[in-house]
Amino acid sequence: MKTVRVAGVGLTHFGSAPDRTGRDLFAEAAQRAFDDAGVARSDVDELNYGNFMGADAERQSHQAPIMADAAGIHCPATRYELACASAGVAVRAAVRTIRSGAADVILAGGMERMTNLSTPAATDALSIAADSLFEVRAGITFPGAYALMAQAYFDSFGGDREDLAHIAVKNHKNAVPNEYAQYQREITVGQVLDAPQVASPLGLFDACPITDGASAIVLVSDSYATENDIDAPVTISGTGQGSDRAALSEREHMAQTPAATAAAEMAYAEAGVTPDDVDVAEVHDCFTIAEVLALESIGFYEPGAGIGAAARGETTADSDRPINLSGGLKAKGHPVGATGGSQIAEMTRLLRGDHPNSNHVSDAEIGLTHNAGGTVASAVVHILEVDK
Amino acid sequence: MSDRIKDTGYDEWLDAIEDGSGYYLQSPAGHGSLPPRRVCPYTGSTELTETPLPETGTIETYSVIYVAAPGFADDTPYATAVVTFGPVRLTGIVRGADPEHVETGQTVTVGVEHRKTSDDRVVVFRPA
Repeated sequence: MKTVRVAGVGLTHFGSAPDRTGRDLFAEAAQRAFDDAGVARSDVDELNYGNFMGADAERQSHQAPIMADAAGIHCPATRYELACASAGVAVRAAVRTIRSGAADVILAGGMERMTNLSTPAATDALSIAADSLFEVRAGITFPGAYALMAQAYFDSFGGDREDLAHIAVKNHKNAVPNEYAQYQREITVGQVLDAPQVASPLGLFDACPITDGASAIVLVSDSYATENDIDAPVTISGTGQGSDRAALSEREHMAQTPAATAAAEMAYAEAGVTPDDVDVAEVHDCFTIAEVLALESIGFYEPGAGIGAAARGETTADSDRPINLSGGLKAKGHPVGATGGSQIAEMTRLLRGDHPNSNHVSDAEIGLTHNAGGTVASAVVHILEVDK
Repeated sequence: MSDRIKDTGYDEWLDAIEDGSGYYLQSPAGHGSLPPRRVCPYTGSTELTETPLPETGTIETYSVIYVAAPGFADDTPYATAVVTFGPVRLTGIVRGADPEHVETGQTVTVGVEHRKTSDDRVVVFRPA
């Protein structure tokens, strides 16, 4: 199998920029990725672009050619949509295309413009990642769906809101030095517990924010990197994807996410590694409970055993295997269609040693990214490794 | 009802629940699913039979929604729940009880009522 290398990564600041167009956001991320990669725009064979709600937010479907134009590249361009896993699956498609030999250089990533919508309009736009007939029409919101999973988890396995609060506290602390993060500030367990309820048992501080932002990754074949003397020490050695039924009610267990397990097993097998080999991970913590479900799905914890991991200090920056050193979706922000690419960008920086939190993982060789769509009806997992 | 275009299969299913004759689709192996559906999601069987929903179901999980989408803005706070009726689960709103006193394991009946926010129909559970 051909080796795929991360030649360069680029992000916009994640936050609130309601007046910035999607094409400007993506162009900025792409500019940074090309600067980081040292790859000529004219060498790009394809654009794989993730976006979820552009039809609502900008009245703009068919975004891929617009984004290619904005990024200054001239090549086939395709939009990938898998709710919050849109950029994850765009990266996955790029990895598989390069492996096949059909391309040597692909720009992958995504963009979401969200804060130009009112909070109710954004809530509405996000909710339709759920099953329209059987969930949205029953009053389920995006936080509400994860709240149903959190309650099911508490009832099945135990744990409580305070356990979840420690996850929010940890991820906020990780975001403090991250220049791209929406919230570079610490919070306390008390603040999380006292915040207004959104959908019980989840409160405002259990939820990721609404975010504008873009991510871009230049992926190249090993042979291209060698021939063009591109410094690209990080490889993507495993990619996996899983799907599940969209409605929570149709899942066997509402506090487990087998689509992510399937994705992880596929990625582990490709990379020839096990969960124990992973040194650091970025997982999809759109809500605090989602980090628990993620850690259990990728084999870091048995089902029911992950809830106290943050409270016990097993996933903090100074632990053996830090989780969400970027700040995660919770504190770094969650521009839906960009997030999967952002995770790859952050993991690349962490492994290369040029992330502000790289000092916590200076010996790390293997990283994992876990990107989920909806209530994990879609999941994409990648394994990244750095040449040492 | 408004004059919106129907969702065939789904709207007839709501009609039946509203009339007190709710059903699910059962495959020969005993699996349940909800319409519109052409094949059993578990076995692929196309022999799906409309089978009466049990009279009561059990709340499997729930959440009290305080921040709703615009379509439910006037309904807040409301409890949503996923309820098991034999081999299928339904998702809807719990009425007839204080939302904050809804709990897993409670026994409920199912009906179809209207949202407070609009005339749209919604699956509603009430304590049995």
